[in-house]
Amino acid sequence: MFSGTNPTNQPSLNQPAPSKIAAAEEVFYMRPSKGWANLNLFELWRYRELIYFLTWRDLKVRYKQTILGALWAVLQPVLTMVVFTIFFGRLAKVPSDNIPYPIFSYTALLPWGLFTKAIGDAGRSLVSNRAMITKIYFPRLAIPLASVLSGVVDFAIAFSVLLVMIFYYNNLPGGEYQVALTARIWTLPLFLLLALVTALGAGLWLSALNVNYRDINHILPFITQFWLFITPIVYPTSMVPERWQLIYALNPMAGVVEGFRWALLNSNAAPSYMLGVSAAIALALLVSGLFYFRRMERTFADTV
Amino acid sequence: MTQIAIRVENLGKRYRIGATPTRQQYNTLRESISQAGLSALRAVASPISRIRAASKEGSAGMFIPRREQPTIWALRDISFEVPQGQVLGIIGRNGAGKSTLLKILSRVTEPTEGYAEVHGRVGSLLEVGTGFHPELTGRENTYLNGAILGMKRSEIDKKFDEIVAFSEVEKFIDTPVKRYSSGMYLRLAFAVAAHLEPEILVVDEVLAVGDAEFQRKCLGKMSDVAETGRTVLFVSHNMSAIMRLTQEALVLDKGQLALRAPTNQAVDYYLSAGFTQSGRHAWNPEEIPASAAPFRPVEIRMVNEQGRVVDSIRSTQTCFVEIEYQLSAPITGLRIGLYLLTGRGEPVFTAFDTDSPELYHAHSIRPAGAYVSRCQLPSDLLNEGRYLLGVNASTYGMQRYFHDEQALSFNVDASGAPGTQWAEVRMGPIRPRLSWEIQPRGKLSPEFQHSEQILPLEGRNG
Repeated sequence: MFSGTNPTNQPSLNQPAPSKIAAAEEVFYMRPSKGWANLNLFELWRYRELIYFLTWRDLKVRYKQTILGALWAVLQPVLTMVVFTIFFGRLAKVPSDNIPYPIFSYTALLPWGLFTKAIGDAGRSLVSNRAMITKIYFPRLAIPLASVLSGVVDFAIAFSVLLVMIFYYNNLPGGEYQVALTARIWTLPLFLLLALVTALGAGLWLSALNVNYRDINHILPFITQFWLFITPIVYPTSMVPERWQLIYALNPMAGVVEGFRWALLNSNAAPSYMLGVSAAIALALLVSGLFYFRRMERTFADTV
Repeated sequence: MTQIAIRVENLGKRYRIGATPTRQQYNTLRESISQAGLSALRAVASPISRIRAASKEGSAGMFIPRREQPTIWALRDISFEVPQGQVLGIIGRNGAGKSTLLKILSRVTEPTEGYAEVHGRVGSLLEVGTGFHPELTGRENTYLNGAILGMKRSEIDKKFDEIVAFSEVEKFIDTPVKRYSSGMYLRLAFAVAAHLEPEILVVDEVLAVGDAEFQRKCLGKMSDVAETGRTVLFVSHNMSAIMRLTQEALVLDKGQLALRAPTNQAVDYYLSAGFTQSGRHAWNPEEIPASAAPFRPVEIRMVNEQGRVVDSIRSTQTCFVEIEYQLSAPITGLRIGLYLLTGRGEPVFTAFDTDSPELYHAHSIRPAGAYVSRCQLPSDLLNEGRYLLGVNASTYGMQRYFHDEQALSFNVDASGAPGTQWAEVRMGPIRPRLSWEIQPRGKLSPEFQHSEQILPLEGRNG
């Protein structure tokens, strides 16, 4: 019953026969991919406008129909800082390297808030965007990437509060603590980048795993809580015994937080070889996350 | 010499069908870990692990090693080419693999074997409004959706006014779309998708929603696209739309390419040979989506007065359509619908088993169990030809459990029906036995007598 409208329909298994096509035209091939996929970051670059729009959507939607709106970006770290100051600073008397506890903890909470928000949002991003994934093609990397990037705006808003706090401490009558912003502040973007790389790396792993294993939804809060304790947010790194310092540095967020305090508050914990360890770990997390994500990506539409 | 737009060779897609309605559709980590652990155990001490696996399978029935899970080829050995500028129809029953084919061509999912080659950007209208966010305004969603569909921002800027005009939602463009009526939502969503200018447009059935006016507009837009020389793949159950828009069509059946032919032939093939002509259709498990639970269709059949299953019925005789189904849980307000369509897909009537108030009240809750809903088709109802029966199980305004637009086809034979003394084809799907009277009224009127004489010249101009 096969009609003869297609005389060239000879099966030529894997080798595509050259077709008559215009030179300028794009050609897409769909075939089963094997082994580790290549990253194809060029394609991601071509879809940069989509990343922009997805980031913009996440931002727009986040505070729609809320009374306080973007104020939430400030309230969350500020309230956490107040609680930490009361319980860890006043009651438990945790040392803070001679920096007033509120500013000590708030400086750490800035990158920490960015990080937890990013891994939480990115980890859930593929599942919450399943309608798009199962209907339309676009580089899937755009989704967790946009989740991470949208946190940067919240970070910027919360950062302005830190400047107010520094101003307050510097003008406190009889205040012995002074923050002099030095040239070190120009290294801040590097630490911010380190936080983003770590968050994206972890976010890629979690989001791809979440497609197959919804356990990730339950694990996520636990990861964040656990990670908080191994990061010097409520306590200074100087509390960690010397012989554990190297292991401690395996957590890239420790390097980020120390870096923030060093760049902004002139704390004496200067970045050392430990920062190199942190950066190497963060990079490894990102690269492995990218490859794992690309590898799993081909079945996302079928399993999500 | 025509250029190739799409080339598909030996394409196949296999799905695992581990998901039953009661079981979660996704894996849990525990399963994977215990699986990995078990296979390790198996390697060390195979007899023990086999017993364990067996007992586990027997007790809970939820541990099925991945390799042994049943799989289904949604698509297999598909090969075809589409020259540039062709509008190609794709027809096939539910579960024939149409959607899977479109998903592979639009790169949403990867094939399991074979390959496809697509020249140019593919725009898919697989589901309009994908990526629309209810909290965002019409304007914001237009940009977002455009970007998701692969449009550049400058492209959207340029077409924005045109999109809004087409969608007819000018007044509400700055209102969040969650406040839109479903019609407005759909119009805007389609407008965005329709103004994407891909080299290849893939259109699925979903467009057939919306009111008649909107459908007309959609089909018009599609013809425009086709006229600009772009390639269109059009999937539909609506045979008249397929015949109107396409010259050639593919017929898919159970994941295989059954026929590629000029649309007329393809439609005829689909409506006749494509169906089992046994007068009954029993649903396979793969034709029943998981979302149908607790409803499970079993069989639909055409039965004559003697109780025999028949493929052909006489127009002059009464016959019955029986729909057999089971409910694993009670459903309140369930109604089984029957859709009668002509062979070309035009609706003839729609009826539900609880149409009558008595049955409606008597069966307001249908308890779990096995049922047959039987509908009597009265004699002298249908004209000769081929008809299709669609089935649907739903609760009004709440949920549609199951539907099969083309569950069964049957022939109507007109012998003995009114007017069969003339061997001519009668228009229209019904052939009722109407009562006519012919009354003699005395003498011929005088003007008529007169006019008959001058008729050749002035009678026609008068």
